[in-house]
Amino acid sequence: MEQLALFDASPRWTVTTLTRYLRQLLEEDASLQDVSVQGELSNLSRPASGHIYFTLKDAGAALRCVMWRSDAARLRVTLKDGLAVYVHGKISIYEAGGQYQLYIDTISPLGEGALYQEFLRLKALLEAEGLFDPNRKRSIPELPRRIGIVTSPSGAALRDILNTLRRRLPLPQVILAPASVQGLEAPPAIVAALRILNQVVAPDVILLARGGGSIEDLWAFNDERVVRAIFESTAPVITGVGHETDFTLADFAADLRAPTPTAAAELATSITVLDLKARLVQNAGYLADRLKSLIQLKQESGTRLDDRLRLASPLRRLQTERQRLDELSRRWNSAQVQRLAILAEKFNGLKNRLLALSPLEVLRRGYAVITKYEKVVKSVSQVQDKDALRLRVQDGEFSARVTGDG
Amino acid sequence: MSKTDSKSIEKLTYEEAYAELEGIVSALESGEKPLEEALALFERGQLLTRHCAELLDKAELKVQKLSGETLEPFQEGE
Repeated sequence: MEQLALFDASPRWTVTTLTRYLRQLLEEDASLQDVSVQGELSNLSRPASGHIYFTLKDAGAALRCVMWRSDAARLRVTLKDGLAVYVHGKISIYEAGGQYQLYIDTISPLGEGALYQEFLRLKALLEAEGLFDPNRKRSIPELPRRIGIVTSPSGAALRDILNTLRRRLPLPQVILAPASVQGLEAPPAIVAALRILNQVVAPDVILLARGGGSIEDLWAFNDERVVRAIFESTAPVITGVGHETDFTLADFAADLRAPTPTAAAELATSITVLDLKARLVQNAGYLADRLKSLIQLKQESGTRLDDRLRLASPLRRLQTERQRLDELSRRWNSAQVQRLAILAEKFNGLKNRLLALSPLEVLRRGYAVITKYEKVVKSVSQVQDKDALRLRVQDGEFSARVTGDG
Repeated sequence: MSKTDSKSIEKLTYEEAYAELEGIVSALESGEKPLEEALALFERGQLLTRHCAELLDKAELKVQKLSGETLEPFQEGE
């Protein structure tokens, strides 16, 4: 390849001379030195220098504006972002920054900004349609298994979200559906990303996010198509757009609005990995408790069974038999005693009767036994007059003689 | 129990393992299992718990990117 000379021998321009030339061109154009233009204030900045800087914009373009302190001191309106204004000034170039700007000498308000008017009109329309109805908002799953993300793959929002998920709950599958989140191409890109996520991945929750920026930077999130796509999403949508103070129509339509992308990731992971670990520990303890009480229960019923077993055991029956024997023998013994007593009583009676039959007993009643020559005299025929007889009474014997006729 | 019974615990995802663990806890809760079965359930519960804890400890965020309708691995800062 032919080697090209890097520079002409004598370059015609320096950056400074070129910029200055352009500035002179603009300043020589009389129409650009007496400019009246209408637009919406944004990126308003009022540093300590007292100068005022802002961007004037409409739906298609933006214009950098400066108002010097001397002019700003005469200002009678309170400037704020979104304010629609009518300004007058001249166009020139800020050489050090290489930027063309409108140098403003007067500002007059036009009422609320046109974009803001459009925002309010659309908000009222969609609200009336029920797109912001709190009753239709879906709940966010406690423990999502798949998280879809719609944002720019190179933005700070994605980095913040992934760091937050990594820190809190690195379990779910995370699927990024890349989408431009700024400019005219952003709304259709966001709509397509939401649709394809729902169709292909069917996530449990979708994070729609964008980092902070100016109002016009976030304007895609006020687009009607985006709002409707959020409304129609199968999976619940959490928005995290801009900063805490930024509210977009997308936020109103979302199932949950987070102030920032980081907060959106936090709201999608209400249960963290630490919670899950604590739950496991609790569960393990519970499991052990359940088992312990189950074993206890079984032991108790085992004890009852043991009792029944012991009752049914042959040993037990032996014991019972033995006891019955004891009882029986006790009863038998006592029966014997009783029988003996009866016998004794009978014997005594017999004895008494025997005793009653004894001749001695008869003698005790006053009778006497008469014998003659050792023979008991039972009849008068046995004796004659003068016979010697022996008489026995209860306490002794004596002799006697028969006197009289027989 | 479920069909995951026969499945090796090592292959269970966190969600599967945790769901089975919950089932075991409620089965033990009923107190109607025979002791032998209860012990087996308890042992499996312990294995599931350990598996879940390991999965939590080892978990690394996996990020994929949709390219058209296909999923690709996503490297941060790409």
